[in-house]
Amino acid sequence: MSNIEDRVKKIVCEQLGAKEEDVTAKASFVDDLGADSLDTVNLVMALEEEFETEIPDEESEKLGTVQDAIDYINAHLG
Amino acid sequence: MSRRRVVVTGLGCLSPLGNDVASTWSGILAGKSGASRIEKFDTEKFTTNFACMVKGFDPAQYINPKDTKKMDGFIQYGYAAAKEAIRDSGIEATESNAHRIGLAIGAGIGGLDTIERNHDALNKSGPRRVSPFFVPSAIINMIAGYLSIDYGFKGPNIAITTACTTGTHNIGYAGRTIAYGDADVMVAGGAEMASTPLGIAGFGAARALSTRNDDPGRASRPWDQDRDGFVLGDGAGVLVLEEYEHAKARGATIYAELTGFGMSGDAYHMTSPPETGAGACASMRNAVLDAKLNPLDVNYINAHGTSTPAGDKAETQAAKSLYGADADKIVMSSTKSMIGHLLGAAGAVEAIFSVLAIRDQVAPPTINLDNPSEGCDLDYVPHTAREMPIQHALSNSFGFGGTNGTLIFSKV
Repeated sequence: MSNIEDRVKKIVCEQLGAKEEDVTAKASFVDDLGADSLDTVNLVMALEEEFETEIPDEESEKLGTVQDAIDYINAHLG
Repeated sequence: MSRRRVVVTGLGCLSPLGNDVASTWSGILAGKSGASRIEKFDTEKFTTNFACMVKGFDPAQYINPKDTKKMDGFIQYGYAAAKEAIRDSGIEATESNAHRIGLAIGAGIGGLDTIERNHDALNKSGPRRVSPFFVPSAIINMIAGYLSIDYGFKGPNIAITTACTTGTHNIGYAGRTIAYGDADVMVAGGAEMASTPLGIAGFGAARALSTRNDDPGRASRPWDQDRDGFVLGDGAGVLVLEEYEHAKARGATIYAELTGFGMSGDAYHMTSPPETGAGACASMRNAVLDAKLNPLDVNYINAHGTSTPAGDKAETQAAKSLYGADADKIVMSSTKSMIGHLLGAAGAVEAIFSVLAIRDQVAPPTINLDNPSEGCDLDYVPHTAREMPIQHALSNSFGFGGTNGTLIFSKV
């Protein structure tokens, strides 16, 4: 569980150039971490690569916060 | 109405000899070669295994790390060179002047490295693995795009792409933009990073590259009888051009005036110039006329001089045609003997060398010119730089497709 959380946060930091302390569970990719639409697509691609999964577009559009991403990965890899 | 005068108030470059203007220029005056073996990919099967690459470049010194991975190397180079030039000029966008400051920075090829990587990803893992940043990190006008976003320059924003004449055409066009009144300041130049597997293979297949693999530092040897093609170079050059009164009013350092710009087309062949150098001569003549000078007024020519068998001879012929009976007075050197051929950045870094030749009253050398070949009998400033009076310096660029451009800079 915490392993997935750490891995998601690490990817978010890398892809959005965000500081570790800003990447909280509640943080919104767009509103808090400064992501634009291309950043969001790129972030989803990086998550897919890290967790060797495919996130369909209709699902990826719902991933607004760090917690959303953690929940999605947990639900689909659990 | 008299034409608005255009002067150079800022310089920036990134070259195989150094990551700024000062280190590059001292390498040029010392006659150093920037060529070295390519280590970033396996060149075993390539006919050429060396190039003139930028060394020790740290993008974090210039660019927000978040943006770096959205930029191909050529964009990073162009951005870094522009940053140096803008800082050097001291120009800043304000609410009242932002729309009068523009950008004209191109590349000959663009994001080859990015194209290769994404094509590999597409082939290996399918379309979902192609980066959303692929297109904006590969397209040529993104140097001008990023700089406008980061500096707030809202004037003309353009990127001319004319192969190896790119840098020259962008600077010439930028000068015209100011002279015509569309802008007061233009940040202009070119960038390139084509030392990739596809770049080296492509120019190699066209038999354009030197294959002197055992001695890279002596491979670029314009006008020498043993020359066997050009040496590919990476880097970027950017100049800040400014309307003369505008520059004076803010107390800017004025390096030189851009007095002449000429262009022409060969209408001859895809990659080779005509032996007569007619297109090159027309370009030089147009620049001399634009500057309202006579050819003899030009004290120094920074040649296109790529070290290819046909090109070097044609340019010599072109200069001879322009000067006629006074050809023995031509002083023409090729700085490509040291930095290689930077393609879309070539004209821009060579414009900087022409400006600095005027500032320091010194003609850069042509290194490796041990035995001038037949038909190449001008004064090419062999081996060592030469102090001499330079009032007007001319810089040539010629590109695939038969596209020619010439700039003339003059002492103010």
